[in-house]
Amino acid sequence: MLSGLANGLRGIGRRVVDGVWRMGVATRFFLLTLFHSGQSFRRFQLIIREIFTAGVLSLIIILVSGLFVGMVLGLQGYETLQTYGSEEALGILVALSLVRELGPVVAALLFASRAGSAITAEIGLMKATEQIAAMEMMAVDPIARVVAPRFWGAVISMPFLAALFSAMGILGGYLVGVILIGVDEGSFWSQMQAAVDFKEDILNGVIKSVVFGIAVTVIALFEGYDAPPTAEGVSRATTRTVVTSSLAILGLDFILTAFMFRGV
Amino acid sequence: MSDNLIEIRDLSFAYQERLVLKGINLSARRGQVIAIMGNSGCGKTTLLRLIGGALRPTRGLLRVDGVDMGSLDQTGLYRLRRRMGMLFQFGALFTDISVFENVAFPLREHTALPEEMIRDLVLMKLNAVGLRGAQDLMPSELSGGMARRVALARSIALDPALILYDEPFAGLDPISLGVTGNLIRRLTDTLGMTSVVVTHDVQESLKIVDYVYFVSEGVIVAEGTPAQIKASDLPYVHQFVHGEEDGPVPFHYPAPGYADDLALQPC
Repeated sequence: MLSGLANGLRGIGRRVVDGVWRMGVATRFFLLTLFHSGQSFRRFQLIIREIFTAGVLSLIIILVSGLFVGMVLGLQGYETLQTYGSEEALGILVALSLVRELGPVVAALLFASRAGSAITAEIGLMKATEQIAAMEMMAVDPIARVVAPRFWGAVISMPFLAALFSAMGILGGYLVGVILIGVDEGSFWSQMQAAVDFKEDILNGVIKSVVFGIAVTVIALFEGYDAPPTAEGVSRATTRTVVTSSLAILGLDFILTAFMFRGV
Repeated sequence: MSDNLIEIRDLSFAYQERLVLKGINLSARRGQVIAIMGNSGCGKTTLLRLIGGALRPTRGLLRVDGVDMGSLDQTGLYRLRRRMGMLFQFGALFTDISVFENVAFPLREHTALPEEMIRDLVLMKLNAVGLRGAQDLMPSELSGGMARRVALARSIALDPALILYDEPFAGLDPISLGVTGNLIRRLTDTLGMTSVVVTHDVQESLKIVDYVYFVSEGVIVAEGTPAQIKASDLPYVHQFVHGEEDGPVPFHYPAPGYADDLALQPC
């Protein structure tokens, strides 16, 4: 009985220590990535390649999802606003929901599943097939050559993807609200223009997407770099990337929202 | 300049508590092809990784081209590695770029040569391994033997003084086996390099190497020229060279008595 309890406690302790240890290693990895970023900026074509892989190739899923999310917002928003006779405010509702919350959050969640998982799998497999070791043997630092360009490529892409998501969402809201249901077009746009503040809403949304971009990319890169070099190891790391970064996005969103929109 | 490119004296290495190499003495003269042989798990790949600087010796001296590997920082190690090539077991080619770009990779990373010169150098290296015609292929389109030859071209791109080969013969068909063996010998001679081959392919490597070290359970149990090795009557070497099933390396993994294990009752 007593030994069972001791074993249980020991297990919890070990898991906590392992967790803290991993956090430390991940932080060190992140700092090393920043430290070795100079070379990536001197050879900017490396970053451009990664912007293409992480950003441009994610466009389809981001644009299509943004459109549908906006259309649903248009439908649901109209239903509710109509009850209070204020359906002209649909533009505000759609734009603020997207720019402040849904744009950065949903775009980051999609980015984690589409690009984050790909980054983890690619780096994990590079490690499993000794490509990372080969690079080190050629006196090329893999953090500088492989990790840093991917980091910056993804971090630069993220705010653009979130902005495009929001833009498509607003278009979706417009299509459903104005074209389909018949909300007054003038009030849809003018109320939106009057109510959405550049600094308060758009800039905060951009800050959110940059923070999420950093979180998702660091998690994806670290999980790939830290994955055991086996098929099972890479598959588990890929799953962990999606789960951890989704939780990180939602947790960070709460913290950022609490700071940004308190009392507004 | 010392005559020996690699100098190892009383080298020991432990993974945490487990001692993998115990008191290794080995040297490789410039221009030689040496082989490190032994059965799987004997520590030969660990020894190769130590020479390449991927691991640090726990004790003893390891000198490559006059540089003490035990006291190198990363900058020093990377400087030394520019004069070193390594051929990984399955080539370890970068799968997202073509054969040409794979061979050009070290040149682009470490030199500021103009594009025309890089092209000439890459084609020369690919020609040396017989794969100039495959320059536009992607690594996924190559056979195992071809991938290893491309990797060999990549590892000689910067004209290194030393090349390390990790199991270069593993999984190759007889033709590729002979091609790879001859390439190792020819490139070593023509480029004036030194080669260290870690392998358990006795027949192929004895044809091309100058000197052989046999490693078993972390110690060097025998060494000599291919002729001396073939003539050796040491039980371990004899078992290894002739591929005998049982000997100093037992067929059976240590186990309790067979009858006990099957729980047979004496009649």
